[in-house]
Amino acid sequence: MEELEKPEANFFNLLTDELISMILNHLETDPFATKSFSQTCRSFHALESTHRTKLKPRRLEFLPRTIHRYPFISHLDFTLCPCVDDDTLNSLSLAWNSSLVSIDLSRSRFFSHVGLSALALNCTCLIELDLSNRTDLNDLAAKAIAEAANLERLCLGRCKSITDLGIGCIAVKCSKLRFVGLRWCIRVTDFGVGLIAIKCKEIRSLDLSYLPITEKCLHHILNLKYIEDLVLEHCLGIDDEGLLTLKACCKSMKMLNLSKCQNISHIGLTSLTNGAQNLEKLILSYGLAVTTDLAKCLQRFQRLQFVQLDGCVGTSSGLKAVGNSCASLKDLNLCKCAAVTDESLSFLVQTHKDLEKLDITCCHKITHASIYNITNSCSRLTSLRMESCSLVSKEAFLFIGQCQHLEELDVTDTNVDDEGLELISRCTKLSNLKLGICLKITDNGLKHIARRCSELKHLDLYRSSRITDEGIITISNGCSSLEVINIAYNSNVTDSSLVSLSKCPELRTLEIRGCSQISSVGLSNIAARCRHLEALDIKKCYEINDTGIIQLAQHSQNLKQIKMSYSSVTDMGLIALASISCLQYISIFNLEGLTSNGLAAVLLACQNLTKVKLNTSFKSLLPQHILEYMEARGCVLIWREKEFETFRFSLCFPFGHFSSLFDAIHMWE
Amino acid sequence: MGYWYMELKGDGILIPLIEFEMDPKGSLCANNWAGSSSLTSPGNELETNLSSNPSSFYGVRIESPFNQFNQPSSTRSVLPGESNKDIKIPDQENCPLIDSITSKLQDWDPNAMLNNLSFLEEKIHQLRDLVHLIVNKKCQPFGQPHELLTQEQQLITTDLTSIIVQLISTAGSLLPSVRHTLTSTNPLVGQLGQLRGINLPFGADPSNSVRPQNSNGNKLFDKSTQNDLPNNCEMEQNYNMEEHEPKEEEDVDEGENLPPGSYEILQLEKEEILAPHTHFCTICGKGFKRDANLRMHMRGHGDEYKTPAALAKPHKETGSEPKLIKRYSCPYTGCKRNKDHKKFQPLKTILCVKNHYKRTHCDKSYTCSRCNTKKFSVMADLKTHEKHCGKDKWLCSCGTTFSRKDKLFGHIALFQGHTPAIPLDDTKGVADPPELQSRESNSKVGSMNFSFGSNPSSENLVQNVMDVKGNIDDPINYFSSLNFEGCNFGGFNEFSQPAFEDSEGSFSFLMSGSFNYPPKSGGGESSSDNLL
Repeated sequence: MEELEKPEANFFNLLTDELISMILNHLETDPFATKSFSQTCRSFHALESTHRTKLKPRRLEFLPRTIHRYPFISHLDFTLCPCVDDDTLNSLSLAWNSSLVSIDLSRSRFFSHVGLSALALNCTCLIELDLSNRTDLNDLAAKAIAEAANLERLCLGRCKSITDLGIGCIAVKCSKLRFVGLRWCIRVTDFGVGLIAIKCKEIRSLDLSYLPITEKCLHHILNLKYIEDLVLEHCLGIDDEGLLTLKACCKSMKMLNLSKCQNISHIGLTSLTNGAQNLEKLILSYGLAVTTDLAKCLQRFQRLQFVQLDGCVGTSSGLKAVGNSCASLKDLNLCKCAAVTDESLSFLVQTHKDLEKLDITCCHKITHASIYNITNSCSRLTSLRMESCSLVSKEAFLFIGQCQHLEELDVTDTNVDDEGLELISRCTKLSNLKLGICLKITDNGLKHIARRCSELKHLDLYRSSRITDEGIITISNGCSSLEVINIAYNSNVTDSSLVSLSKCPELRTLEIRGCSQISSVGLSNIAARCRHLEALDIKKCYEINDTGIIQLAQHSQNLKQIKMSYSSVTDMGLIALASISCLQYISIFNLEGLTSNGLAAVLLACQNLTKVKLNTSFKSLLPQHILEYMEARGCVLIWREKEFETFRFSLCFPFGHFSSLFDAIHMWE
Repeated sequence: MGYWYMELKGDGILIPLIEFEMDPKGSLCANNWAGSSSLTSPGNELETNLSSNPSSFYGVRIESPFNQFNQPSSTRSVLPGESNKDIKIPDQENCPLIDSITSKLQDWDPNAMLNNLSFLEEKIHQLRDLVHLIVNKKCQPFGQPHELLTQEQQLITTDLTSIIVQLISTAGSLLPSVRHTLTSTNPLVGQLGQLRGINLPFGADPSNSVRPQNSNGNKLFDKSTQNDLPNNCEMEQNYNMEEHEPKEEEDVDEGENLPPGSYEILQLEKEEILAPHTHFCTICGKGFKRDANLRMHMRGHGDEYKTPAALAKPHKETGSEPKLIKRYSCPYTGCKRNKDHKKFQPLKTILCVKNHYKRTHCDKSYTCSRCNTKKFSVMADLKTHEKHCGKDKWLCSCGTTFSRKDKLFGHIALFQGHTPAIPLDDTKGVADPPELQSRESNSKVGSMNFSFGSNPSSENLVQNVMDVKGNIDDPINYFSSLNFEGCNFGGFNEFSQPAFEDSEGSFSFLMSGSFNYPPKSGGGESSSDNLL
């Protein structure tokens, strides 16, 4: 026996380290694969520890061991750890001081400027830092960050307590910054932003959304030599008058986002983009009016490819002029744009035949004529979103099959029927298909899709109420690479659908909300086979009870969020969920079998919870210490009034029945 | 002796410098060249003194002054013994300003120009005679000895050079820019440029301890050997003062650029300045702050003061001849605003005098009542300060405070490495010592070791986590595969009890001794009891 084992061990040892590294590189997408790999043999185990550079810890308790096992971590993602304290930051910054390049703390709390200071001082090669959502971080923290002199990418989104002073420190010390995100840093003004532009000459991208800034800092920004992306979403302090004073000429600009800037018109845009001949992407959502003036302004950008005009007011002629003045667009977003009519859209698509992505969501004025023109002229279309184009008749969907390159199609809430689906199925590259609220489609239509669109990954059948098990079964047989499926509120769907869906091993998101016929049996099947499941919505699946949940808890170790309000899960099922180490979000409104004791146990047992939605009635029943403990652990409890008592009552006497009974009595009298 | 001025202007400054370094004893020889070669007939003496190549002669001078005089050592400045006895310490009042000198060099003086030209004329005459002589000699059948001929040629070259130097320097004195723009493109012009450039240390860099000597050796000014003067500009002034006919009270206002003599200097006495009143009644001596009040007062002294003319505001005499502008001098000796100061800058009004005197030469008797640190000698300054006192909240890392945010950010944008300083009240509460901070947070969140059932509290973290997993098992043994031992699920049986109040049994399974979540009061161990 020993002799037999030895050559086997040698066989693995024959592989060179480089070869194994290459194998490991290919395994990174699958979380289970690396685990099995490292368990193969001792040398693989050792090799894996030195090979790994990226880490996304789920629990901090294991950090000391992780530090020991993986000495060369360069990218650290703490988005699954809500509680990162100064001690943690200090110890990891000492352990990985020479390797750590990037760290994401956007979902973490409890660390302060002390930990950040340790991080900045020890990890000298730190280049990327994400501190978003830390509304309590103040200027001291900013000052601590400033010590990381090699920082190139810094995200401070929603750091509402940081002021100009802190930003000033960062601007002066971190002169290598290239990407700076200050979205929602509402206490940062012209001074801080201006100083960044003056001191950090390498800036490539700057996000200044929702900042109370004016043209004063823009003057410095436009003088930056390398600036490419500038996001000025909802900067209401910037207006035409101020922009007219700008003399700068910014040639490097490639992307400009002026969404929701209501005080900027085409005049301001003209002076802001003075000299920006290389502009490729322009986002004007909910801002400028689509007029001929705007068209004249756009004429200067010969390289413009991406234009977003969603939510813009304007005229049909204006949109036509825009179509005329732009060179060759590839991506156009006209969602809820008032300027979209059959005439203007037809003209637009005929002039821009290279269009690859088109969004005409909620363009209620267009008819099949537009669709005809789109499908005829834009043969390279890969994405078409036309949710709620309610005037488009069912015949129009027959044309869509002509766009052979289509990968994404959103026909939610339209008149598409089985015949349309048959022709749509010609788009064999479809990976994302949204058929929500399509009341005309049936299993027959889905069969066509299942037969030809084998690459489908994302399917939405929300409230397409004529779908039954048959359709779902054919889909799960034909589209085995399905990752996301939504069959919410389809009362005809039963457990057999879930049994067949369990054949899709890649399934990550499953929404079966309101499918009242689905029971624990179906869920158990999913749990047992779909091991990548990350998000599950079983709200109002009244038949699902602890049995299904316990199966889930046993197998779906990747589950991150679960919505199970109104289901028949009790304390026991909930507590079982604690074995899922990465569970972050649960929604447990109106669970009949939930007691305050059980709830307390769940809250304490699920170590990684960050958000729990539950009935307000529990608030008074839980001891204060538990609430404080949850808060200290970084878990947010969201309380909602959901009439718990009424719900229980209605279970005994379903409310609808009761009222009709009441009516009947009334009438009878 | 108009020549002397000219000589000194062109070369005189330079010559003693060179001699000083090269050979302190023979300090006059170069000067002799400049002077005697032109005035006296050429002789052997000249040749010995003069180095064979004039340009090398210049070359030495050009380099040396800067090297040497950058070190203001006192030993260097001590002059040769025989010269020292002639040192005359100039009266301070007679010192003209260095600025006036430089400006004088720029403003051309017709008299000096006339002198220069006549000097040149004479020199050219002499040279012409010399050349005539040589020409006549050459015509003679018997040639001269070779040495004599070369001597004569050298002489001519020297004189010609001297003439050119004079000519260009004369012209250069007319053009202020020449002295700066002259560069060494042409060897001769280059030399000249540097020659003229010697003047630069006077104006541009007074700290260069240039010690000029009067070239005729009669008067040597070296005050620094006796007094410790701030710098040696004084010397140059003294020196230059000798060169030009000193003008009395040559006052220059740099800011205004008033031509000297175009204004009248008044100097109030200290008592006058500090007196609360400035207008005094000539009859009774009563003082007033304003002249108008005095005039009103004068009415009481007689009818003659009641006439409209007497009461009227004495208007400015805007007659044909412009009235001499009045400027004021500070009575404090040594003050820059004192008229005797070498860089005297007059004060414009009496108010300026008063404020200046109080600010500079008086005690600061007014203390700010808010900060109790800032002191002022002028009441108005205190009031201005009090308006902003305590508002200097914008602080830079270099320690500079600003009352306005934009000023701070302008300052930071301007300098390298300066950062905004985070105000102290911001740090309050957050800036705990790191140890304390981490310990707190640690106890708060980090080590939440609670274990279900009977597990002892001393288990490590990993074990505890596993316990959590294990303990959620239920009696039906869903987790048979996990096979955890020692789990006690007694608590589960009590879940059916609806009320939370009788929590004795239902919660005890959660809160074993190891649950060390501290309540806000910070009581450590008792918290597990408090929890229920």
